Amino acid sequence: MTPPDYEYLRKILKDHSGLDLSADKQYLIESRLLPLSRKCGLPGIGELVQKMKGGSSSIIAQVVEAMTTNETFFFRDKVPFEHFRDTIIPEMLKARAARKSIRIWCAAGSTGQEPYSLAMSLKEMGATLAGWRVEIIATDLSTEVLEKSKSGVYSQFEVQRGLPIQLLVKYFKQNGELWQINPELRAMVQHRQLNLLHDFSQLGTFDVIFCRNVLIYFDQETKINIFGRLARAMEGDGFLVLGAAETVVGLTDVFKPFPDKRGLYRPSGARAASAQGGAAMPKIAAMAGR
Amino acid sequence: MKTCLVVDDSTVVRKIARRILEEMDFQITEAEDGEQALEACKNAMPTAVLLDWNMPVMDGYEFLGHLRRLPGGDVPKVVFCTTENGMDHISRALHAGANEYIMKPFDKDIVAAKFQEVGLVALSEESPI
Repeated sequence: MTPPDYEYLRKILKDHSGLDLSADKQYLIESRLLPLSRKCGLPGIGELVQKMKGGSSSIIAQVVEAMTTNETFFFRDKVPFEHFRDTIIPEMLKARAARKSIRIWCAAGSTGQEPYSLAMSLKEMGATLAGWRVEIIATDLSTEVLEKSKSGVYSQFEVQRGLPIQLLVKYFKQNGELWQINPELRAMVQHRQLNLLHDFSQLGTFDVIFCRNVLIYFDQETKINIFGRLARAMEGDGFLVLGAAETVVGLTDVFKPFPDKRGLYRPSGARAASAQGGAAMPKIAAMAGR
Repeated sequence: MKTCLVVDDSTVVRKIARRILEEMDFQITEAEDGEQALEACKNAMPTAVLLDWNMPVMDGYEFLGHLRRLPGGDVPKVVFCTTENGMDHISRALHAGANEYIMKPFDKDIVAAKFQEVGLVALSEESPI
């Protein structure tokens, strides 16, 4: 890949998705975009870039998807799901006892492993939640991964990463080498396509937001802006869950760490000074079909 | 020292499993069938057993039944590792006292994930990019 091609891809990704690649991520681009080049019948990344420069919005959309799709697996990192079961839901059972409803947002729902892990956690709590209305909204930038999430179909490899065998037996149906999560659990998750750079106030207000391993892609200014808007999309006593490598500390005071629970945050009540307006960036290139 | 008994009639599978588990700090012993495995457990109860299903002499399912009736035989974490990947086999294995179940083909990530499930390996911190 030539340096000008790399710079071009960096800029396109920054403008379209907020993905902020450092100068040394050539390997990442190659590993994600070479397969895409071949899928498009092109010999290499140079030719892919030519197509993008030629104004092919569908190629640009596919490049953005290929670069921003994360590896994910069921109950990834375990700890956030322990927080969910042992801290978040017990707190919510008290705080929402009157209205008996909880709204949960998976802000980088990807291929569904995270929202379905939450759905299984809720089912495992059994009668505790009887009579409660629990909504799980899964959003992602990529329509392709959302389709996979909706289908709830996973390969044998995918169901062996992070999913205890008892839960596989309990909540999945086998179809040859593929495994599909039960309709009852699929019905617990609603899917929406969403770019976090854009206004998301239409989703309403949430009690719990899982926003893991997505903000790492953004530059500092964008992160601060998104935190500000996440805080406004959350009840004052809600919970924010971030990825293991992420934090609000040093970036914003709209959330504060929850004591002794790594990755868990609550709104501080402070208003975000830098989060005026709806969307994250002054200039966001329009994306075809999004 | 954590010990793992690797039970499989294929020398290739035993070799691959040994390499993966040694990297995870297990001390490995090997058995070619359920009968050899049972003898090994009577001598010294391992921390974990990685267990194939289909083997000559005594298969993995029968071995598991005998193991769980031995004194101290309820202690080892038993992880099946087999091409028998139908729901019926998985359910039978769990009823017979298996702790986890790996459907072949397997790799290092799957073995590590399953050994984490049964609490034999600590969670590793990982960075998403």
